[in-house]
Amino acid sequence: MTEAATAAAAPTTFVERSGPLEWASLPRRVVTVYLPLACFVVVLLFPFYWMAITTFKSNEELYDYKNFNPFWVSSPTLANINKLLFQTDYPSWLVTTMTVAVVATALSLFASVLAAYAIQRLRFKGSQWVGLAIYLAYLVPPSILFIPLATMVFQLGLFDSPLALILTYPTFLVPFCTWLLIGYFKSIPYELEECALIDGATRLQILWRITLPLAVPGLISAGIFAFTLSWNEFIYALAFIQSAEKKTVPVAVLTQLVEGDVYHWGSLMAGALLGSIPVAIFYSFFVEYYVSSLTGAVKE
Amino acid sequence: MATTSQRVALPPVEQSWLARLFDWKPFLVVLCMLPCVGLLVVFLTYPLGLGIWLGFTDTRIGRAGEWIGLENYVSLLQDDTYLMAVWWTFFYTLVATIGKFALGLWLALLLNHHLPFKSFVRAIILIPWIVPTVLSAIAFWWIYDPQFSIISYILVDRLGLLDHYIDFLGDTWNARWSLIAANIWRGIPFVAICLLAGLQTISPSLYEAAMIDGATAWQRFWHITLPMLMPILAVVLTFSVIFTFTDFQLVYAITRGGPANSTHLMATLAFQRAIPGGQLGEGAAIAVSMIPFLVFATVFSYFALARRKWQQGGKDD
Repeated sequence: MTEAATAAAAPTTFVERSGPLEWASLPRRVVTVYLPLACFVVVLLFPFYWMAITTFKSNEELYDYKNFNPFWVSSPTLANINKLLFQTDYPSWLVTTMTVAVVATALSLFASVLAAYAIQRLRFKGSQWVGLAIYLAYLVPPSILFIPLATMVFQLGLFDSPLALILTYPTFLVPFCTWLLIGYFKSIPYELEECALIDGATRLQILWRITLPLAVPGLISAGIFAFTLSWNEFIYALAFIQSAEKKTVPVAVLTQLVEGDVYHWGSLMAGALLGSIPVAIFYSFFVEYYVSSLTGAVKE
Repeated sequence: MATTSQRVALPPVEQSWLARLFDWKPFLVVLCMLPCVGLLVVFLTYPLGLGIWLGFTDTRIGRAGEWIGLENYVSLLQDDTYLMAVWWTFFYTLVATIGKFALGLWLALLLNHHLPFKSFVRAIILIPWIVPTVLSAIAFWWIYDPQFSIISYILVDRLGLLDHYIDFLGDTWNARWSLIAANIWRGIPFVAICLLAGLQTISPSLYEAAMIDGATAWQRFWHITLPMLMPILAVVLTFSVIFTFTDFQLVYAITRGGPANSTHLMATLAFQRAIPGGQLGEGAAIAVSMIPFLVFATVFSYFALARRKWQQGGKDD
């Protein structure tokens, strides 16, 4: 009883007393907390504001800081976006990026769920070493793999094909997702599976009917993370894809929208903005999953 | 009653050999591990070995190479561009990591206060990390424009601190500091959010005890926050160091190694030599020369993880 009472009282005392740090007076708090925090937010978000504001500027406004205030648009225009969507291959770049990201994510999730289940629940001999090996695989960066992978892609006849990206992206997605899902499966009580086993369910039935439905939040975390990572991938897409219309958005914006020495900053920024929006929307729906998978993966 | 009769009735049901095979554990383990291990062996382990082998050959695009031993490495050691890239990679990693962790830790400490709209602030702070690096790098490229840089505009026309526009990317050291700034900008959110998660696990009673003993704010930070944060700090640090050391996108997007090859990281130099330059063997040798450093960082990470388990009272396994 007393235990329960203290447990119930604990949160309130915590709120009242989380105080030591809050003893400071309001003006002091403004200077030590709110002001630096506001600076951080402004600096971290400024490039995106600048990207967005440039997108909607007309060319005469863009290069004239004397007559126009550069921090604002006086006559917003959609010319840059219009040019991007109808005079370049931007729509097909978006479609390629989306397809590659979705397929690579699905493939990686399939492989990771099975592997994580085997490592965490089937518990074969040496499973912890396999888990460690997968963790180490995550630490192998694409920067040292792209040259041998380029020769392989060439020999397999996959050069300049989205299939090359779909097959190579799992090299960094699978280790991450498996690691995340192992941690997630650990949190599901084993008793549930034992009950099912006693009732005569097969292992695959248990995975499909019991473990997977319970692991849905973990699957969402892994899925959105894998999607974002494949959307952001750059070096493989740069090395393996050559023809202009098959490029992914990050590569295409950098290589196709820069024509010679004249940079069309308006359409470049429009391309960057439109390429960021899908992940930003995705992110806004699943913020909590992002934070939990980011911190979960590090803590594991 | 009904359930008992069912259970009794189950064993006699003759399962097909296929069903039994799928319930046989060794088979199931192999089946489950197959897609993951298959993908990783074919597209990760094999290329890793192939990369090391390529480093010892003179392979070019479209021509199989021959074994030339250490020739690539010997010529790289006499190559000033390569040596400069190695030096710059270490410098970039060191300075950017210090910047990211100092500012990230500060941001995490700020976010650990009781704030209005805390989850909203936390959400928007992660945006630089979510958006494709290349796309935010292009925004930085525009911010660093020699003629229309908004930073120069503020410093020169608004504040009057300088009398000329800064040539951010045309001068060696300006370009280097600009890249480091962009890298720190991108790294802060990741560090801050991870460290915030670590901060939230520290019990407030430790701080209360220290307050009663008369510890100052700095002593509380140095003797409580930092030691308690150490395990997670070590892991985040390793990740951050590995991914900064092998960074490619930022430099490729903003400077492409210029001016005069002074900002080539090892990864961008490897790409430059291997793909547009066609010297696959030499590029692979450059990439392989990053491996010793990565192994060192990984071993460090492993021991940091093991120490963490021990600190939590778990077993070292």
